Amino acid sequence: MYKIIKKRELNSTVTMMDIYAPLVAKKAQAGQFIILRVDENGERIPLTVAGYDRNAGTVKIIFQIVGASTMRLNAKHEGAFICDFVGPLGCETKTEGLKKVCIVGGGVGCAIALPVAQKLHEQGAEVHSIIGFRNKDLLILEEEFKACSNKLTIMTDDGSYGRKGVVTAPLKEDIESGENYDEVIAIGPLVMMKFVVATTKPYNVPTTVSMNPIMIDGTGMCGGCRLTVGGKTKFACVDGPDFNGFEVDFDEAMARSDAYAEFERKEREACCNLFKKEV
Amino acid sequence: MAIQPKKHGMPVQEADVRARNFKEVALGYDEKTAVAEAQRCLNCKNRPCVEGCPVNISIPDFITKVKVGDFEGAYEVISKNSSLPAVCGRVCPQETQCESKCTLGIKFEPVGIGRLERFVADWHNAHGNGEITVPESNGHKVAVIGSGPSGLTCAGDLAKKGYKVTVFEALHLAGGVLVYGIPEFRLPKEIVKKEVDILKKLGVSIETNVVIGKTITIDELFNDGFEAVFVGSGAGLPRFMGIAGEGLKGVYSANEFLTRANLMKAYKDDTQTPIMRAKNVAVVGGGNVAMDAARTALRLGAENVYIIYRRSMDELPARKEEVEHAQEEGIKFEILRNPVEILGYKNPADRRDLKNGFVTGVKVIKCELGEPDENGRRRPVEIAGSEYIIPVDCVIMAIGTSPNPLIKNTTKGLEVNRHGGIIVEETTGKTSKESVYAGGDAVTGAATVILAMGAGKTAANAIDEYLSQKQQ
Repeated sequence: MYKIIKKRELNSTVTMMDIYAPLVAKKAQAGQFIILRVDENGERIPLTVAGYDRNAGTVKIIFQIVGASTMRLNAKHEGAFICDFVGPLGCETKTEGLKKVCIVGGGVGCAIALPVAQKLHEQGAEVHSIIGFRNKDLLILEEEFKACSNKLTIMTDDGSYGRKGVVTAPLKEDIESGENYDEVIAIGPLVMMKFVVATTKPYNVPTTVSMNPIMIDGTGMCGGCRLTVGGKTKFACVDGPDFNGFEVDFDEAMARSDAYAEFERKEREACCNLFKKEV
Repeated sequence: MAIQPKKHGMPVQEADVRARNFKEVALGYDEKTAVAEAQRCLNCKNRPCVEGCPVNISIPDFITKVKVGDFEGAYEVISKNSSLPAVCGRVCPQETQCESKCTLGIKFEPVGIGRLERFVADWHNAHGNGEITVPESNGHKVAVIGSGPSGLTCAGDLAKKGYKVTVFEALHLAGGVLVYGIPEFRLPKEIVKKEVDILKKLGVSIETNVVIGKTITIDELFNDGFEAVFVGSGAGLPRFMGIAGEGLKGVYSANEFLTRANLMKAYKDDTQTPIMRAKNVAVVGGGNVAMDAARTALRLGAENVYIIYRRSMDELPARKEEVEHAQEEGIKFEILRNPVEILGYKNPADRRDLKNGFVTGVKVIKCELGEPDENGRRRPVEIAGSEYIIPVDCVIMAIGTSPNPLIKNTTKGLEVNRHGGIIVEETTGKTSKESVYAGGDAVTGAATVILAMGAGKTAANAIDEYLSQKQQ
């Protein structure tokens, strides 16, 4: 059992938790992920590491309440326990030798982008961050990004905060105005990463994307997280989750991501009813 | 008294009933039948059956005990060599091992050794007093990576010799392939749990949710005071064919499909892991895993389940009993067929059409058998122009696995072969790295439970010898 040491709501749909898991905290690196199970009948859900405190033995996770499992997780309070927590899995984000990087984060993906931005900042790289949200209410981690970015651009779809529009607009402007990025690192919804790649490719700016496909074991056994990268079958859990954005087949990944949409809808409804009853 | 020429039959659930439930197919002998079957054993001098057993159980000795109704005594004989008798009695391919060597088998059907082993283990679990003599500790620590058949065997054997053994398991539940791979209807998970509990009583500690190579490395285990390490991390990434359409929704590896059904219990209503309940299912491959996947799909409600296999019925690598069970349950064998493409639904007029991207069929090509290959098996040769489409909404690839890269990538000095399997000395399981031993699928690639157990046993003996010598 793994204790929830701290819980904080970042906005109405995104929650942050520090979980006591000293073995994972000791090893975790930016870009890696964990798998957790809320309770005995729960599914295994992968979440990218949003931070860690090696001394306190805690790992930070930030998740969006999208379905039954994240609803169940969010129903747990500080001091409560979750059933399973394993990691760190996957490979860390490669930051060696990078001097100037643009971090592009979308929605809850910003939670995963943050430790990468922090790591780059700590190693002395120039970090430009572009973070996008649907609206002001969904904005998260502004202060944290400010602290580790030489330049921060905030975008909202409806213009309720920062600039109005999508993240690719300022990215394109920056590239065209001569910002010579060693790399662009994009973490967010698949469709966002697809368009980031479409933006950077004509300028041949190396672009890394962080993939979060459907997964079960997370250790290279089930093959559920397979992606087509450079025409070859790759497994996000052991080969990734970071991949060269130019090579990822996003259309396939997007199609595969909603394989259980119908099941998830029913589970979510059942779960909503359950929690309503309990309240 | 004349010898009965045939094995006593084991009662099974009726095919049309069992094809719709997840309860165990075979129901096991009762005491009377077990004694009668034991009486068929000739107790011959040269004991060829023992040689046929990868863990060298004293088969005639345990059968002699069954003959006189001393079932607990029989259990004691078996448990000297096997840490998992209730498992082996169910999933071992006895027909190619102990039973294939049985003297009685020259003239008649061999003694039903597997069925007797199963009976004895089940009798013990139901009637035994549960008391276990915990051996005196010798103070030495050994780490076992993976809680599948090789790891559990190695851990059990070392614990019986007095070692303090810790088993590290990546998943949330111990048992490895016994819990994620082999279905409930062939190996009830309660049985695996009981066998694991016995090991715990012996003093073995099991640490779930620890991925060696990620959470802790092998070198760190040595720093933590472990004196030897056994790697039984099992098979790894599933193979795919590399044909068009494998990224469609409804295409599974057998590992994923079985893990969802078995480990995550997706067939139960009160669990939260989804699984596709397809009407028409194609399973590609002809091994035991393919049979398990096909029969699981049937139990999840499929109307038509096809095994697509590129050779003929004679070459099917699955156990005969599994193939027969599958046939009785109505699995259709599309033999001498090879998939060339998986087809999916596409509605260009409506990108939001919910059916987009789901499997609609598999295109196969007919094959005939040509010249034997290097292994002596006749090679399938495709017949040009013979393609046709089998309409299905789910395709399960059961064509093998390649070794997991996690440990080799994080362990300096551990040599692997060109397939990625860990290289070991066959008689000891010793790897190229000092104090590290390995066995099971991590070494051989996908094989059987009992071979993995044999490897775990070999390594346990070698580790014991190594550490005893080191002490002096």
